[in-house]
Amino acid sequence: MSKKIRNNPLGIKLNRRNFIKGSAMGLAASALPLTKKADASFLDVFFQKHFREMSKQEIQEVLDRFEKTYSEEYGKKVSVKATPAIPGVLFGYGLDLSRCIGCRRCVYACVGENNQSRDPQIHWITVLRFKNGEKWVDLENSESYYNPAEVPEPDHFYMPVQCQQCENPPCVRACPTQATWKEPDGIVVVDYNWCIGCRYCMAACPYGARHFNWSKPNIPPDELNPETHYLGNRPRYNGVVEKCTFCIQRTRAGKYPACVEVCPVGARKFGNLLDPASEIRYCIENKRVFRLKEDLNTYPKFYYFFAT
Amino acid sequence: MRRGSAVLPIFILITWILVLPVIALDSGNTDHQDTSNNTDTVYKGGSQNPDIPDFFVPPPPFSEGIFPCSGCHKEMKPNKQRRKLEMFHQDIELKHAGPQQWCLDCHNADDRDKLHLIDGRLIDFKESYLLCGQCHGTNFRDWKAGVHGKRTGEWNGKKLYRLCVHCHNPHQPRFKPLAPKPPPVRPEDIK
Amino acid sequence: MAEIIRNFFKALRQITIGDRKYYMWLAFLSFFIFVGLAAYVQQLNRGLIVTAMRDQVSWGLYISNFTFLVGVAAAAVVLVVPAYIYNFKPIKEIAILGEMLATTAVILCILFVMVDMGQPTRIWHLLPFVGAMNFPSSLLAWDVVVLSGYLVINLTIFLYALYKLSLGKEYSLQFIAPLIILSIPWAVGIHTVTAFLYNGLSARPFWNASILAPRFLASAFCSGPAIMLVLFQIIRKVSRIEIEDKAIFKIAELIAYAMCLNLFLFGAEVFKEFYSGSIHLAPMKYLFFGLHGKTSMVPWMWWSVILNITALILFLTPSTRKNFLTLNTACICMLMGIYIEKGMGVVVPGFVPTTLGEIYEYSPTNYEILITMGIWALGAFIYTLMLKFAIPVYTGELRFESKKNKTA
Repeated sequence: MSKKIRNNPLGIKLNRRNFIKGSAMGLAASALPLTKKADASFLDVFFQKHFREMSKQEIQEVLDRFEKTYSEEYGKKVSVKATPAIPGVLFGYGLDLSRCIGCRRCVYACVGENNQSRDPQIHWITVLRFKNGEKWVDLENSESYYNPAEVPEPDHFYMPVQCQQCENPPCVRACPTQATWKEPDGIVVVDYNWCIGCRYCMAACPYGARHFNWSKPNIPPDELNPETHYLGNRPRYNGVVEKCTFCIQRTRAGKYPACVEVCPVGARKFGNLLDPASEIRYCIENKRVFRLKEDLNTYPKFYYFFAT
Repeated sequence: MRRGSAVLPIFILITWILVLPVIALDSGNTDHQDTSNNTDTVYKGGSQNPDIPDFFVPPPPFSEGIFPCSGCHKEMKPNKQRRKLEMFHQDIELKHAGPQQWCLDCHNADDRDKLHLIDGRLIDFKESYLLCGQCHGTNFRDWKAGVHGKRTGEWNGKKLYRLCVHCHNPHQPRFKPLAPKPPPVRPEDIK
Repeated sequence: MAEIIRNFFKALRQITIGDRKYYMWLAFLSFFIFVGLAAYVQQLNRGLIVTAMRDQVSWGLYISNFTFLVGVAAAAVVLVVPAYIYNFKPIKEIAILGEMLATTAVILCILFVMVDMGQPTRIWHLLPFVGAMNFPSSLLAWDVVVLSGYLVINLTIFLYALYKLSLGKEYSLQFIAPLIILSIPWAVGIHTVTAFLYNGLSARPFWNASILAPRFLASAFCSGPAIMLVLFQIIRKVSRIEIEDKAIFKIAELIAYAMCLNLFLFGAEVFKEFYSGSIHLAPMKYLFFGLHGKTSMVPWMWWSVILNITALILFLTPSTRKNFLTLNTACICMLMGIYIEKGMGVVVPGFVPTTLGEIYEYSPTNYEILITMGIWALGAFIYTLMLKFAIPVYTGELRFESKKNKTA
């Protein structure tokens, strides 16, 4: 009935399935009307394989093609990498609720780093504001559109929410095309070239972490971050879903995510859950941590904690 | 030589003397990334204390021209009397631990370029965290672990720490409120 | 070979040539189809931003219609198919009409999903072998499997029956019976899978209730037969097909039972939510009373309740059930009631409040309404063409040529 896509993108063999697929594509290609758009690159994109089905060489070809397209489109050199996960690393995130002041610096640092559409606006981080002493487990008393002159406001606290990088991600289970999956370092990624835009993952996500490109994303070329990752911050298409990737282009290169670096109060912590000496492990072992909606058994790798 | 040509450099110099402390003060506040991310001026801390991990910190955020303190204080006789300062440093309003604190609890009267711990040991301004850590033990512990305060750099390698005073003005350690960035566009307004 | 081509043209002529009323009806439908198509081209160019759907409420009118139509598809068959097997003659004769309705409904389901997709040209990614179907993990993959299977089964049954009839022969029950037997659980299956599609999402408490699948089935057995009742009356008026009153009243009786069950299940859910009053009450409260001052769904939902109860009373009372005026009123009430309850009334509260507690009041845009009307019109168009061919075959007015016919 179906096939499971291999976890290892290396070394593809021409098996029966791929042969069938190849010929099916050829047929479809010949049947496709040659409209204006139907030049070679359009067909390349149309018939591009699933990311995890591609061989190393095929991935390289795709990356080269995207670098060329994006560089032309944005008028500057854009690099598209596909840096793989570092062995022995499982990323975890900590957020200190006793420190967050709700200033939204993280929201906009994320937009700049990850090339979200400015108009229509897409934010990967939502900062919720709660009134002290109010019930907040159902999140219904939260307010994300607060706009006072200064934060923190008296009698309020703040909780930023973004992709919780679940170990048991409901979105991955829901996706009908395997266009989203959990990488070996625990990051849930989307292949923007494989997503059909059905938005079932958005219905499945308990954290409102998935966002849809309701129209063609719009990024001013001078604001485009040219350091991109295929599974992360490369420019997206109209009609596909995107989400926080723990800044995969930065963290796989050893750097902290952009939201961690920008936070003016140092409320955001990041590290390797498998390294006992990491900051995140210190948080989990020494602080009172909780995870959002733990009753759903999604096992987020995003820990909220109270340092004081 | 016309007179105007000498006035200009002096004017620039005076402007800088006036402006720089403002910039430095500002960077001592919460929004300070520009100075602290500058890794050129980073030095390695913690070498003398086996307890302190290896890390990098930017230099202490002095107001321009104020350090070394001995520049002025060398010639003065220290007055160890607890009092309201009326000649210098009137701009410093001490709002730290209420009325029981005062300058010489941390600053050292006899060697002005050092701070002193409770036991009398003198420490460098670069190691001021040892001083803060005397009272704020739990925060000091978390800071050493990389959990209190901001880290930049590499999650698995070279980390850039900050001194306590990079984020907290030691004389008024409470964070000043900030203007938030704009709220998201409401779904009904996304068109 | 020549024979097949000749028969094909015969069939083509049958569906393309008709009287003035037929053309006017098709022109009327074509108008909506073209308007819908034009709106869809706009949506393709500009993106789904032309809809009122946003990240907060990421499914809307399209998926509501999909859900409603899956019910129609399922019920149309479950009701009439036993007629083949148990030979309840009044219904047996019209069973083929039910299968054609089911087929049409499945086609509409597929179209509603297609127009909801952000990247419809990538639909092949859903396919097994060629694409990367996430089977059995994704319920949407299950839905693709069961819906396409259902389409194939129904097409086979009614095309085979029509083919045989058009040759002037009785169809062989031996060949068709296993398919019919299979199609009954399959019909239940498509609706159960569609219910599970929502039901399996722990993120959405309104959907994550075990009663959802039974409720879906119960409401399907109301709406599907109600559509058929109306269609049967139209068909017997405009064609020579005779449909006995007995068959119609029998179906009306069945609808009454289904509606009782539907309202009972609904009541069970209302009781559980309101009596226990946990935080998961919020979506239900939003539907019937509004939440934090947001009340756009409230009048709709109360209308749906009133319509459903009115229909139930009319269906349940023998005198109103057997009076065509009240019967048709009841059908219309029920269709509107279920369309609201099971369309927007199921999809929207899944998203309100959102998983982060936000309340976005979704109300479809003109684009969504035009595209939806276009798809419905296309459905009516397809069904009309099917009938145009099937009815004369059925009544014996149209016969294909075959060697046997000639020699006979």
